[in-house]
Amino acid sequence: MKIDVIGAGPSGLYLSILMKRVDPRHEITIYERNPPDATFGWGVVFSEETLGALRDADYDSYMAITESFATWDTIEMHYHGDRIRSRGHAFSAISRKALLGILQRRAAALGVELRFETEILDASACDADLVVGADGVNSTVRPWRRQALRPNVTPYASRFVWFGTDLVFDAFTFVFRATEHGIFQAHAYPFDATTSTFIVECNETVWQRAGLDALDEEQTLAFCQELFADALRGHRLLSNRSVWLSFLSVKNRSWHDGNVVLLGDAAHTAHFSIGSGTKLALEDSVALANAFVRHSGAVEAALVEYEMERQPVVERFQEAALESARYFENVSRYGRFAPMQFAFNLLTRSGRITYTNLTLRDPHFVRHLDSWFNTAAVGGSANGRPTIAPPPMFAPLRLPGLELANRVVEAPVGEDAEPDGRPGQADAERLLEAARRGAGLVLTGLVAVSPEGRTSPRCPTLHGPEQAAAFKAIVDEVHGVGARVALRLGHAGRRGATRTREQGADIPLRSGGWPLLSASAIPYTPVSQVPRAMDREDMERVRDEFASAAHAAHAAGFDALAIQLAQGYLLHAFLCPLANLRDDEYGGPLENRLRFPLEVLDAVRDAWGAGRLLAASVSATDWARGGGDVDEAVEVARVLRERGCGLIHVTAGQGVAATRVEFRRGFLTPFSDRIRTDAGIPTLVGGYITTADEINTVVGAGRADLCVLESAPAASRTGVETAS
Amino acid sequence: MNVGIGLPNTTPGATGELMLEWARQADAGPFSSLGVLDRLLYDSFEPMSSLAAAAAVTRRVRLATMIVIAPLRNTALLAKQAASIDALAGGRLTLGLAVGARLDDYAAADVEHRGRGERFSRQLAELRDHWEADRIGPPPAQSGGPELLVGGGAGPSFERMARYADGYAHGGGPPRAFARAAASACAAWGDLGRPGRPRLWGQAYFALGDDEAGADYLRDYYAFTGPFAEKIAAGNLTSARAVRDFVRGYAEEGCDELVLLPTVAKLEQLERLAEVLA
Repeated sequence: MKIDVIGAGPSGLYLSILMKRVDPRHEITIYERNPPDATFGWGVVFSEETLGALRDADYDSYMAITESFATWDTIEMHYHGDRIRSRGHAFSAISRKALLGILQRRAAALGVELRFETEILDASACDADLVVGADGVNSTVRPWRRQALRPNVTPYASRFVWFGTDLVFDAFTFVFRATEHGIFQAHAYPFDATTSTFIVECNETVWQRAGLDALDEEQTLAFCQELFADALRGHRLLSNRSVWLSFLSVKNRSWHDGNVVLLGDAAHTAHFSIGSGTKLALEDSVALANAFVRHSGAVEAALVEYEMERQPVVERFQEAALESARYFENVSRYGRFAPMQFAFNLLTRSGRITYTNLTLRDPHFVRHLDSWFNTAAVGGSANGRPTIAPPPMFAPLRLPGLELANRVVEAPVGEDAEPDGRPGQADAERLLEAARRGAGLVLTGLVAVSPEGRTSPRCPTLHGPEQAAAFKAIVDEVHGVGARVALRLGHAGRRGATRTREQGADIPLRSGGWPLLSASAIPYTPVSQVPRAMDREDMERVRDEFASAAHAAHAAGFDALAIQLAQGYLLHAFLCPLANLRDDEYGGPLENRLRFPLEVLDAVRDAWGAGRLLAASVSATDWARGGGDVDEAVEVARVLRERGCGLIHVTAGQGVAATRVEFRRGFLTPFSDRIRTDAGIPTLVGGYITTADEINTVVGAGRADLCVLESAPAASRTGVETAS
Repeated sequence: MNVGIGLPNTTPGATGELMLEWARQADAGPFSSLGVLDRLLYDSFEPMSSLAAAAAVTRRVRLATMIVIAPLRNTALLAKQAASIDALAGGRLTLGLAVGARLDDYAAADVEHRGRGERFSRQLAELRDHWEADRIGPPPAQSGGPELLVGGGAGPSFERMARYADGYAHGGGPPRAFARAAASACAAWGDLGRPGRPRLWGQAYFALGDDEAGADYLRDYYAFTGPFAEKIAAGNLTSARAVRDFVRGYAEEGCDELVLLPTVAKLEQLERLAEVLA
């Protein structure tokens, strides 16, 4: 087979080596626009798995590579004058120049033809059976097949500059430096006996504020060397055409078209903060060479298999890299975190390391985290040796007016109220079972302030003494098993008069419905009843209903009251710009849209009384064009905090029925993180969290204070297995 | 997890006679359901008619559309067809619906492609109404209408599924792809406050022997997807081991019902699959 490889980076060289090993008769030519010794950058990182793959694929180059390696197993974080170390993270790195040298020599020895300073400008110059685009992030091959490959190249919103230094670090080191312009961070790691990579990064705003766009190469180096003088301990930064860049995210819908295939950065990039670029590139080469072996040289079949094997793996890395990049872009948000939590948040930023992983990698670190977390949870500060402490999910939580035994919340689902609104037997059982399972806090379903405010005919209400008495019996039982219970109090608004959610959500009642109220006369779904826009009299009545229900909730002994400002219910309809089209003082800017919800909140707070926890559920984004976003939700949470709320239950969407939600595990956690840190208020979050590991990670890293635990479908038996 | 088999209603070479014999044998075999696909501009049998015929020659298996392209159809007629099949089959219909991926089918049916999502949501709401009201008979054998699944991979599909349906119909792929979609389905279900969890249905193609013919069919059937046709063809399960691994993978991810769709319209395919699963 005749193979043309465009680009003599690690992936192109490595593929050529492997293809020659498969069959020395392959005629392979590598075309590289630069001379052989021109390389940009310093060291590159490998993980353990990559090394295993390299050993199996080509032992000769593996030996040469590992001889000039730097290896370490520690991540060190410099933050606010503290140095926190976590071990058990096996890494190795090599000078990019040394790696290229090894691969060039090996390729040449196997008979690969290397043509440097030769640029291939268009596809017609290649008549090979296989054309490989291994020419990096700014690939010239990619545009040849733009139609089929459908590339997407977008810059990240941060700036970085890639230096070397003659200081040899003994760990992968993150250094955070707060300046008057904002936070800068360095990512540094050793790659040989005398040199380390030292990448300096900051977000776009900080970069602009610091006036770095005006600096040339020399000035940039001087600036960074001065900024990180402490971490560099008198050592120098080294430049190699080191200028400020924006990292480019590269994705391609397809990685091959006909006989043209993309490898490495030409096909995909992953932000450098997870150190995977070279690893992914070399793994691509191994996968492609193996695919040719399996398909005996059939080009199309091999390329399809290569793509099917690699795309899902690379997508996972790209997702993790995106999370990681976002973390660094917004790292100033965590500036008030205690060093231990800051470190754990940093280590778990991309989702690839969780509490449980870290327990295996570095039990010592986790013991310190647990100790710190539990001590801080009761207002203490850790000194000296770590105490023996449970994981974060079992740490107590002190909220204004409520102390909880642990961080697990259960919110059982179902509606079984009696016709007069008293909770039904099944409602009571569900709450009690959740309490018995050990959740620190159980949440009721929606309890309406009035019959008019119900979601369905089976939705409980709290509008009179009989209902309050019935709820008191349940609350007493929950207290009897040592748990706490919060009332979710609300008015369904335009999501009222539906069937129970057993039969679907927002399915209107066929008969026996009741007139609905909302901010504006817009139905929730196209088949929903059209609500009436509330007038002043309606508002006063509903406000009083909320107050009287809050009073009843107090009498019933609830430990917390969570007022529902989300879920598309009545108060959310006022907040949501897509549901509220009013032109009076209750519509328009946020201040107006908040007016009625705050009138209600004030009345509820007064009736509920001081000394007990008042919480609110808030939708973090409408997930729809023209709707509210998380910045607005942060503002709402701030106002609520000032008005006496001590906890935000973070939800998203449902302000309108048709949204573009990205449903997945933990999909609400980033919103909780944002609201908790930016509005400075404790949060409760759900969003399909199903494991203890997720709760320990989310709570331990300070992304929420409480998590709703849900259950995932269990693996099932099949006809294939034999019953035992 | 239950394992069902597809009727070869879109597989080249299937005759009416073969379809009926296939249904009979599936009913006798280890399969729990018979699934059909939907495509207008293709040499294929219409799915609802196929299931009506299957209803007449089976007594046990569930009859499932994986999926039917709802916006191509008039809602009241679709409701009546589904109710009729459910009544004929004694309550064995599972109606999987989605918007489909083929522009040409919309053009051929003279239905606007734009706005299909919104129209589909409305259809889902109206179907239940039709089944419950007395105006359109027959009353479905399952109270409240046939089991309803919604398919599709984007956010709005999961929201629609959680709002209106009983479960999710996944479009195919390796177990890890199913797992991801299942997590999205469960997340949407919980987010909309539905009790319990959605029923989770999966599907995959197989050819046990004649796998080249199977791959040719998939390349042709999915030609409209461009380069993805090759990937779908490469995912065809062509050995006993591949089938068993796949079934185990889906079971581990919490799938309730996996429908294995034939890519070669020969009865021995059904027999071989029955042996593999036995």
